[in-house]
Amino acid sequence: MSFRRYIARRLALGAITLLGVIVAVFVLTFVLPGDLASLKLGPYATEEGLAVMRAEMGTDKPVPVQFANYVSGLLRGDMGQSWVSGQAVQRDMAQRLPATMELGLAALIIALVVGLVLGIIAAVRRDSVVDQVVRGYAILGASTASFWLALVLIYIFYFRLDWAPPPLGRLDVGMDAPPAITRLYVLDSLLARDWALLRHSLGHLTLPALTLGFIVSAPVTKIVRAAMLDVLHSDFIRTARTIGVPYRTIVIRDGLRNAMIPILTTSGIAFGYLMAGNVLVERIFAWPGIGQYAWTALTTKDFEALRGFILVVAIIYVVINLVIDVLYSVIDPRIRLG
Amino acid sequence: MSAQTSAVFSPPSPARSVGRVRRFSKVLQQNRMLLIGLAVLLVVVVSALVGPYFITYEPLRTAPEMKLLPPSLDHPMGTDNFGRDILVRVLYGIRLDLRIAFMVAFTALIVGTLVGTFSGYYRGIIDDVVMRITDVMMAFPSFVLAMAITAMLGNTIPNVVIAIAISYVPYFIRLTRGEVLSAREMGYAEAARCVGNPEWRIMYLHILPNCLTPALVQATLCLGWAILDASGLAFLGLGVRPPIPEGGVLVGEGAQFIISGEWWVSVFPGAVIVLIALGFNLIGDSLRDITAQEER
Repeated sequence: MSFRRYIARRLALGAITLLGVIVAVFVLTFVLPGDLASLKLGPYATEEGLAVMRAEMGTDKPVPVQFANYVSGLLRGDMGQSWVSGQAVQRDMAQRLPATMELGLAALIIALVVGLVLGIIAAVRRDSVVDQVVRGYAILGASTASFWLALVLIYIFYFRLDWAPPPLGRLDVGMDAPPAITRLYVLDSLLARDWALLRHSLGHLTLPALTLGFIVSAPVTKIVRAAMLDVLHSDFIRTARTIGVPYRTIVIRDGLRNAMIPILTTSGIAFGYLMAGNVLVERIFAWPGIGQYAWTALTTKDFEALRGFILVVAIIYVVINLVIDVLYSVIDPRIRLG
Repeated sequence: MSAQTSAVFSPPSPARSVGRVRRFSKVLQQNRMLLIGLAVLLVVVVSALVGPYFITYEPLRTAPEMKLLPPSLDHPMGTDNFGRDILVRVLYGIRLDLRIAFMVAFTALIVGTLVGTFSGYYRGIIDDVVMRITDVMMAFPSFVLAMAITAMLGNTIPNVVIAIAISYVPYFIRLTRGEVLSAREMGYAEAARCVGNPEWRIMYLHILPNCLTPALVQATLCLGWAILDASGLAFLGLGVRPPIPEGGVLVGEGAQFIISGEWWVSVFPGAVIVLIALGFNLIGDSLRDITAQEER
C-alpha cells in the first residue's frame, strides 16, 4: 500500500469514528437524560416554564429534527450557547484549551523523562533490586488517586514549606498574562523575556504538573520497560553485542529506536488523557482549563457547555490516535505495507 | 457427550497433576507482588467488616465540641469539621467503595464477554459494527464518559455503577473477541460443531469458558480503577454524596481544610483509597504475568 493510500484509509476510518462520536454525544446528552428542561429547572418548575425552556433548548421537536439541528449547527462551527458564560461554547473552549494544553504538555514531559529513564534502567538490570523498585513505582502510580495526591502536594509544598504559590490558577491574583503568542504562559513569558512572570507561571504550573506527571509516568515506565525487554532479547541486539558494540550504544541507539512504537502509543494515549481536561486536578488547583469548565457546566446544569466539552475531548482523542497511526508508518514502513 | 469431547480436546490442565493447593502456594512464593496484594486487601477488608463493631462512634453522628481534632488515641484518624470520627467513616466508606467496585467489574465482565464472544464468533458485519461501536466508546476517556453518563442519568449510586461499567465494557469486548477469533478455529470448537451443538451452546458453553482468562485478569485490574473512578466522581459531587461516608466524599469534605493545616481530614481517607487500588493492581498485574508465562 502506498503511503498516500494508507493515509487516506486512516483518515476515512477517523471520519467514521468522528461521525459515531457525534451520534454518541447526541444520544448521551439529548436522548439519555429524558426531559432536559425539567432536569434544568428542577422539581418545582411550572408547566409554562417547562414549555418555554423546551422551546428555548429545542427539545420540544422530534428527536430526528433535534439531531439534524445539532449536526447542522456543528457543521457551521456552532456548538451552542453557554448560559453561564453567556458566550458561544466554541469560544469558551478556545479560551480554555491553552491552559489545559500547557498543563498537559508539562505533565507529559515529566512523565516521558521519568518513564524513559526508569524503564530503560529496569529493563537493562532485569530482575535486580532496581527493577523491583521500578515495577513497584509503576504500580503505585497506577493506584494513586490524582485528587488525593494533589491535596497532599498542596499541604506539603504550600502550607508546610511555602515553596509553592496558593493553588489558585495560572498566575497570582492581579497579575497580567504575558502577551499572547502561544497562550502557554510559561512559553509566552519566556518569549517576552519577562523573568518575574516566568517564575510565577512556572511556580503555579509545578504542583498540578507533578501530580499528573507522576500518575502518567506509571504506564509510560511500564511500557518502556516491557518494550525494551522485548527488543533487548532479539537477535540483532545479540549480533551487535557479539561484534563488540558498546552496550550503552546498543541500548540507546538500537534498543530505544526499535522500542519506539509501543512507547509512542502510550505517550499518545497519555497525552489524550491529559488533554481530556483533568477535571479533578484542574478543579483542585482552580486551573482555568476545559476540565474546570466541564465541572462548572456539570454543577450549573449548563448542558450545551457540557456537550461541547465531551465532543471536543472526543475529537482530540480521535485526532491524536490518527496522528499516532501516521507516525507509526513513518517510523516503521512495514506497518503500511503489511 | 459434549463434556467428553471438551475433555479430549481442551489442553490438559497442569492443576490436575500437581494439586491445586500446593500449586497455589508455589505461585504465591514465586510472586511476592501477588502475596503483598492479597495481604493488603485482606487487612483492608477484614478491618472494614469487623472494625465498626469495635468503635463506639457512629459514622453520621455529629459532635460540634469535638470538631477538627488531630489524630489521637481516641480518634486515630482525627475528627472532621462536624466532630465525626474519621476512622469509622473510612471503614464504612471502604465497604461502599468495595461494593461499587465489585458491581462495576462484574457488570462490565458479563456484558463485555457475552458481546465479545458473539462478535468474535460470528465475525463479518456483526463484528464490524461492534468494533466500530467500541472504537467510538474508546474515543471518550473513561472518566469523562463515566462523568457524562452519571450527570445525564441522574445522581445516584446505581447510575454511577452503570456509568463506570459502560466505560470499561469496550476493553472486555476487545479482549474476549480476540481470544474467541482464534478459539473458534480450534479442534474442540470444531468437534462441538460436528456433533451438532446449536451455535449458542458452542459459543457460550464451549468457547467462552476457554477464553475467559484475560477478561478475568482485566476484571481484577478494573476493581482498582473502579475505586479510583467512583471516588473521583464522588469527590466532584457526582454519585455518592455527603453525608454518606465514601472514600471520595471524605477526601472532598476535607479538601478545604488542606490549606488551613487540618490535613488528616483528607489524607487518611485518600490513603486508604490508594491502598485498596494498590492491592487490586498488585494482584491484577501478577495474575497477568502468571497467565502470560503459562501461555508460553
